[in-house]
Amino acid sequence: MKKVYLILKSLFLIDIVRGLYLTFLRMFSSSVTINYPYEKGKISPRFRGEHALRRYPNGEERCIACKLCEAICPALAITIDAEEREDGSRRTTQYDIDMTKCIYCGLCQEACPVDAIVQGPNYEFATETHEELIYNKQKLLDNGDRWEEALHKNINSDIEYR
Amino acid sequence: MEIINFDNLKYFFILVLYVLAIIGPLLIAVAFLTYLERKVIALVQYRKGPNVVGFFGLLQPFADGVKLFSKETIIPASSSKLIFVLAPMISFSLSLIAWSVIPVSENIVLSNINVGILYLFAVSSLSIYGIIMAGWASNSKYAFLGALRSAAQMVSYEVSIGFVIVTVLLCVGSLNLSNIVLAQKNCWFVLPLFPMFVVFVISALAETNRAPFDLPEDESALVAGYFTEYSSMLFAMFFLGEYSAMILMSSLGTILFLGGWLAPFDNEIFNAIPGFIWFFLKVGVLLFIFLWVRATLPRFRYDQLMRLGWKVFLPLSLLWVVLTATFLIFFDLLPNFES
Repeated sequence: MKKVYLILKSLFLIDIVRGLYLTFLRMFSSSVTINYPYEKGKISPRFRGEHALRRYPNGEERCIACKLCEAICPALAITIDAEEREDGSRRTTQYDIDMTKCIYCGLCQEACPVDAIVQGPNYEFATETHEELIYNKQKLLDNGDRWEEALHKNINSDIEYR
Repeated sequence: MEIINFDNLKYFFILVLYVLAIIGPLLIAVAFLTYLERKVIALVQYRKGPNVVGFFGLLQPFADGVKLFSKETIIPASSSKLIFVLAPMISFSLSLIAWSVIPVSENIVLSNINVGILYLFAVSSLSIYGIIMAGWASNSKYAFLGALRSAAQMVSYEVSIGFVIVTVLLCVGSLNLSNIVLAQKNCWFVLPLFPMFVVFVISALAETNRAPFDLPEDESALVAGYFTEYSSMLFAMFFLGEYSAMILMSSLGTILFLGGWLAPFDNEIFNAIPGFIWFFLKVGVLLFIFLWVRATLPRFRYDQLMRLGWKVFLPLSLLWVVLTATFLIFFDLLPNFES
């Protein structure tokens, strides 16, 4: 009996008609495509994109060259050299991140005691050469200046979960 | 006696104009069919489809065409070059010449021959040659396997399409395509012969190598099947051939089952709309079914395809031929078309 049922079911294409009905209904629902370069997806405040070195509001750079980020970096992408500055504070002379080595794990910003190195919301930093992706201290500080508003907002919105 | 006189030339030019008047719109229809296919599949998959080139992406097929034409034609070193070049031309021109007998409207038909349906059937069988030649001449295992599959598949499904056509012919009593349409004046054949219509649509999918029977170009196993080695213009010819074969099969279905250019109801308002618009609407509906099925069903396995063709469709269509014939004789309804 069951076999007869199955034969009749396949003879009258029941399952296929059901599938066709489903896809037909789907045609009238709105699409989920984002028109990318003109329209961007929403990203979390915790998004780990391009790195930036932040400054204090008075313009002093935050980084104190503790090298915790360099130590924790699992991809060994960060290279830091430090010296004492004239006013006696400890500062970096070299802060390089090889963005092609970086795995964007976010451990550097977790490790940073002064919220100096952070990963911002920017993910559109593709370049045409490898060299351009090896960031030096100046590039990172510039990033910090450029994205400070967004970085500040993101860190503040996430502060109660830390 | 001179052969090239004014009358012959005039006749020749008028003929060329007729041919262009068929091929031109057909190629544009093919172009927009590729656009429509991408759009329909995108809609089913919650995507947007092409929407950048032109208004709603309507110029996308032309951008694709320009891209294909400007690419390099690569002819593999180990291929047999003459056949390799000839194959796409054959499959393209065969899909075009079939259009000479299609009656788009009561009076719009290039050659209203009395064996129209036989001619169509013959031409659609011939298109296997293009594919086999392509597969053989490419000297590549993927192309070869694709061509073999395609040949076996088209031969198998041609049998059931043949029986479908026989059933319709039993009800019409004429091989002339215009007469087949006129015989449906009172009732489209899709209603009394609905099972045959389903068999026809599914066989047409297999005949034109469309999903879910697109095994000849099974990209997950055969790269691209019989046109793996083809590029640029030669590939474009196969592509155009495949899509115009789709339109051809849809118009064959329209003529056989959906009453060709006839309006759905025989009243003033519907008859005011010209026949070819009804024809194109019906062809459009069938084409939509092609695309809709492609967006819905996964590809068949090869043995399933063969089983369906030989063990299901062949007996089913044979049975229906016998049933129809018995019915017609029993009630003395056999048509007799004097023309």
